[in-house]
Amino acid sequence: MCQAPKGGFPHLDNNFMKILNEIKVTMPSLSVNESTARAVVSSFVIQADPTVEELSDIRTAVSEAVTNAIVHGYRNKSGNIEITARLLPERTIYIKIRDTGCGIEDIEKAMQPLFTTAPEEERSGLGFSVMQSFMDRLDVKSTVGRGTSVIMRKKLHE
Amino acid sequence: MKIDIKYENDKAVAYLFGEIDHHSAKEIRSQLDSYIITAQPEIFAIDMGGISFMDSSGIGLILGRSRLLQECGGKLEILNPQPYIKRVLRLAGIDVKLGMCNS
Repeated sequence: MCQAPKGGFPHLDNNFMKILNEIKVTMPSLSVNESTARAVVSSFVIQADPTVEELSDIRTAVSEAVTNAIVHGYRNKSGNIEITARLLPERTIYIKIRDTGCGIEDIEKAMQPLFTTAPEEERSGLGFSVMQSFMDRLDVKSTVGRGTSVIMRKKLHE
Repeated sequence: MKIDIKYENDKAVAYLFGEIDHHSAKEIRSQLDSYIITAQPEIFAIDMGGISFMDSSGIGLILGRSRLLQECGGKLEILNPQPYIKRVLRLAGIDVKLGMCNS
């Protein structure tokens, strides 16, 4: 018989994997869906009773990530954007925005403030800066030709 | 998105109502630009009191209009931004650049 040691398995963070609630939504990369994405994530996050400022931060970060997928990921084509929103323990909101578009060659460069590959569309190059400053954590995974996943986390007030 | 442009107190003021994102920015841009190019106002103000959401697309929109006005010999002002809009603007240093009036 295998018994868990007192205090649990030290190498396994139980809270890390625990998902209290989750939604997954897929939508085509139409710019009209930028507001749809914000509305869907907002209504999910509201259950955790965020402050007005926290909700507005999350809405803005989601809008940036979805816009990046539409403008850059699927630049000359269309595809699907998959949005996962989770409520994790300790009032942490997890959001993943995934596309299967062109991918990012140099993530570090793409994340530099004011860097943009679409100046003709008046893109300011501040999308990742907004995500970084409005959320607690930002992870970007990308493979050229395969797509990009943007994972953001924000801990809400107690 | 609803846009009302009025000429008052020696300046053209564009009152924007709704959300500014990449989707709506295209329409706003074309409406504001056609006014600026036709009327060539000395001072063109964007009143953001009726904006309920803005992401970095709004920054591109503001910087683009500021550039166009400069080319036409005019100046851009930003009026009544809500606190959350100010936070987005601050990321781009816009409050410093354009001399924000919060009347």
